[in-house]
This record gives sequence, structure tokens and C-alpha cells, in this order.
Amino acid sequence: MSQYTESWRVERAARQAAKPSLGTQVRRLAIAMWKHRWYYLLLIAPLTYYLIFRYIPIWNAQIAFKEFYALKGVWDSPWIGFKHFETFFNSFYFSELLINTIIFSTAKLIFGLPIAVILALAIHESRFLLFRSLVQTVTYLPHFLSWVIMYGLLLGLLSPSSGLINEVIKSFGGNPIAFLTSTDWFRQVVVLSDIWKETGWSTILYLAALLGINPELYEAAAVDGASRWRRIWHISIPGIVPVIILVTMLRLGTILDAGFQQIWVLYSVPVYSVGDIIDTWVYRSGILDFQFSLATAVGLFKGVIGLILILAANEVAKRWAQQSLF
Amino acid sequence: MFRLGHRDEWGFQLLVNGFLLLVLIIIVIPLWRVIMTSLTPLDVYMRGGTPMFQWPWEWSFAAYEQMLTHPVFPRATLNSVIITVCGTALSLFLTVPLAYSLSCRTLPGRRIIIALILFTFLFHVGLIPVYLLVAKTLGWTNNILAVIVPPAVGVTNTLVMMRFFEGIPEEIKESARIDGANDLQVLWQIVLPLSKPILLTIGLFYAVHYWNEFFTPILYLNDQKLQPLPVLLRNILIGQTFSEYVDYDVTRAASIESLKSAAVLLTMLPMVLVYPWIQRHFTKGTLLGGVKE
Repeated sequence: MSQYTESWRVERAARQAAKPSLGTQVRRLAIAMWKHRWYYLLLIAPLTYYLIFRYIPIWNAQIAFKEFYALKGVWDSPWIGFKHFETFFNSFYFSELLINTIIFSTAKLIFGLPIAVILALAIHESRFLLFRSLVQTVTYLPHFLSWVIMYGLLLGLLSPSSGLINEVIKSFGGNPIAFLTSTDWFRQVVVLSDIWKETGWSTILYLAALLGINPELYEAAAVDGASRWRRIWHISIPGIVPVIILVTMLRLGTILDAGFQQIWVLYSVPVYSVGDIIDTWVYRSGILDFQFSLATAVGLFKGVIGLILILAANEVAKRWAQQSLF
Repeated sequence: MFRLGHRDEWGFQLLVNGFLLLVLIIIVIPLWRVIMTSLTPLDVYMRGGTPMFQWPWEWSFAAYEQMLTHPVFPRATLNSVIITVCGTALSLFLTVPLAYSLSCRTLPGRRIIIALILFTFLFHVGLIPVYLLVAKTLGWTNNILAVIVPPAVGVTNTLVMMRFFEGIPEEIKESARIDGANDLQVLWQIVLPLSKPILLTIGLFYAVHYWNEFFTPILYLNDQKLQPLPVLLRNILIGQTFSEYVDYDVTRAASIESLKSAAVLLTMLPMVLVYPWIQRHFTKGTLLGGVKE
């Protein structure tokens, strides 16, 4: 009997501890916050930064639903509803921008990802350690170059008058090609230059996954007489599949980011029809043509779709690869 | 560690390393090309363009001389250095306290703050609302702050640093607290000295970002005196305002192509110099933790 009472008392005490009164909760929170006061002091500057430079822009985005007048400012400009969104959806450039954006990001993914996987596997399999680290060092480097520098490097290859590729074409008796201003070639240049720049860097994730594979698996397979190729196919590839899924989902989630800085540097009026993406259009219509509200509406459209896509991609990655993107 | 005795193994290694060599060559060719172009003397260039493998031949540093002695180049370099140094300092000044505070798992409100930060990482409203804030509200047109302050804190960098701070054993911090240190002193005296590798790595990443930045300077800095190196490089490469930037002088024996290539390489140089430092750290895997949670 007494034992029963005892356990009942403990239970009641536990229930009370779990659900304290509001006053107790507030007091406990206040005590906990006071204990962490130095942390809050440290948070003042960074959170002010976030408030001003990340959240005020979100507040400013309301001009997508307003007719923005610079003199009236964001708040006092009159509401206008979805007019700018309608203008955008009904315009001829809507489908063009969307198609260009999706073509660039999917092409970069479809052609870039297999090359990165093959390169990572090759680096992993190579037994010449010095050569291997040389390859890694050199292929990571372009990731750290800006697109302005890339533009300089591309001119050295593609310039109709002095580019290396055009000199080769000329030496075979062909006519030089203006790659960067040709609608036939611009997309290829964008995709290939991106692959040249980023493939090496993107192998890092795959290499980390390959290093995480238990070496005993390879040894056991070797004992069983599995060839090199079979070991890659049955051990290495399954080992990096979660990373491949993760990267694919991340890229699909950011499919509307087609590489603004790259295209902004490389494109020109003759290739707008094949090169103009949502971000470059937002820049031109907003900054150059002063259509602030329309450009904000397009940017907001992209932001909302992007948010939905990345959250969906995260769900898929969680389910298929048991990993979260962020 | 691996026996290369078996014939299949040799064939396999030949294939794999042959592929790696091919990749290496593809990466090196464009870089090699600008180096060659920048060093080709004008008379060689006039005879038949830039040689790829002509060896030995006369090197000419005329293009570099011309770039370096023109007053616009040192000024742009100075602007870039100011932006990079101040930007990196500000970035670390904001990122370190943020990451340190958020690495304290018992901090009330921690989850809300992380959620608010992640939200800005996932949801972008585009260029114009930021432009309105920086150019109109703050009035930072032709002010170097417009390039330094808005991109100061990176979400990924914050999370990487937070993970690193979380990895520092609680016992070390606790022993300092028992000695009477407050959390600020713990950060300064215990955590930061233990975090030199991550501070260096993240600092270098921020520095690379600031050094490479060309879009925001073009957006906010119309005054040529404020323009950093990448903007100067872009103007030189476009060639529209070439004569404005460089006194093109045939007698000084450098072709326009040489000058452009020299400008590319001079802008790249600091990056290539710090690159081995960055690489040393990221190959150790310091950065992988932040890629995923």
C-alpha cells in the first residue's frame, strides 16, 4: 500500500514538474535568460545585421503589390494588387525567361554531375598519391576565380580574332566563330564554362563519401575475386548514391538560380533570346529601366517558387537519402 | 600499400591516371593561354598571334609594366585591399559571436534564431528590395560601405563555425567558468585560441568573396576612383573604355591582348597566393560538417 502511495506521489510530482504554472515558467525562463546574458549581448550586433540587411528587404518586397514611387517610399506608395504579376505572366518574355533559366540549370546538373562523379571515382582509385593531390589542387582552383576572371580566360579561348579555339579552326581553313555573341553557341559556352569551373570543387563531397566507405568491403571483394570495375560498381557507387541524391535535390531545389553572375558577365544583346534568365531580367528591368515594382514582383515570384522547391527537395532527400539539405 | 603486381591493376591504373591527366590538361590550357598571351612580345604577336608551345622565345614584361605603372591600377588594387580587409574583419566580427551564441545548446530562443537565419537562407526576395534599402534608404551610393556591409554574414559560414564551436568539449569551458570567467571571457580566452584553423578558413573564404566581388561595386559605386580591381578588369576586358584606363602605346611593345591577359593574371595573383592556405584546410575536411546538418 505504502509503495503504491509512494509511486503515486512520484508520478504526481513528475506531472507537476512537467506542467508548471505560467508564473513559474516565466520565472524559470527569466532565470535561464539571465544566466545566458552574455550570449544575448554577443547576439545584438549580428541580429541587428540580420534585421536590417535580411528582413528589411523582405519588408521592401511589398512593393511587388504596389505602384512604387521613389518619392513616396515603400510604405506610402499605393496598393495595386497582383497587376505586376499579371503583367509578367502575360508577357512574351515570361516563357522565354523561365525556359532559359531551367535549361541552364538542368544542363549544368545533367552534364556536370556525372563528370564530377567520374572524376571523384578516378581520384579515389588512383594510387599515385602525389599526382592525385596535384590533380585535386589544380581542379579545385577555378572555383575560387570570379566570373570576371573567367571571362578573361574565355576570351583567350573564344575571341574570334585571337582566341585559341578560333586559331585552331582557322588553321584548318574554317571561319572563326563568335561563340559569345552567337545564339547557336552561347548556351554551350555557359554550361561548359560552368562545368570547367565547378566540377573539381564538387568532387569534394563525393570524395568524402568514398573515404567513409569501410576499406574491409574492398578487401573482402578482392579476396572473392571481384575485378576493379565490379568493386567500383558494387561498393563505391552505392557508397556515394546518398550524396548524389543530396546534390541532385539541392540543385533541383535551386533550379531557378541559373548562375546570375556568370550570365551577367558573359551575355550581350545579340544572345538575350537564348541567354536571358529571370535574375538578369530583374536586374535590367529594375536597375536600368527603373521598373522597381515589376522587377520586385518577378523576384518575389522566383523567391516563393524557390522556397517551395527547396522545402520539397529537402523532404525527398530526407526520405531517399536519410539526410537533410540544411 | 597496394600491390601493382597484377597486370589488370596496371591497365586499370593507366586508364584512371590517363583520365586524370586529361582533366588536368583541360584545366590548365586556358590558364596557360593567358600566361602565354601576357608574355608575348608585340613583334611575335604581329607575326602570328600567341604561340602555345614555341620554345624558347623572348619574354616581354611590357604588358605588366604598362599595367602596373598606370595610376589607375594601384588605385583599384588599394580599393580592393580596403574592401577585402574591412569586409573580412566585419564578417568575422559578426559571424564569431553569432556562431558562438548559437553553439550554446541551452540558450533560450536558440531554435527561433536559427530558424530566422535559415529562413533568409532559403527565401530570397531578389535584387531590387536590397537595392532599395542600400541605395535609397541608407543612401550608400558611391559609398564603399555598400560593398562591405550587406554581404557581411554568410549563413553557411555561420553554421560551419557553429558546428566547430559545438565540438569544443564542454568540460574545458566549464572549468573556466568555475574559475569565475563569464561567457564572454570563455569565448575570448578559451574558445578563440582553440579555433584558429576555423577562423583562418572562414576568414579566407570571406576574403576570397570580397576580393572577387564585382557586381555590387558596379551596382553601387559609379565613381571610378572607388572601383576595385575586378571592375577595372571587366572594363578593360570589355574594351569600351580601354584608352581611358591604359595609355595604349605601340612603342611600349605590348598588344591589347597582352594587356588584357596581364590584367587577368594580376587580378588572379593574390587568389593564387592564398589558395594553398585555403586548400590545406579544406582537404582536412574542416568544411564538410557545415554542408549538411
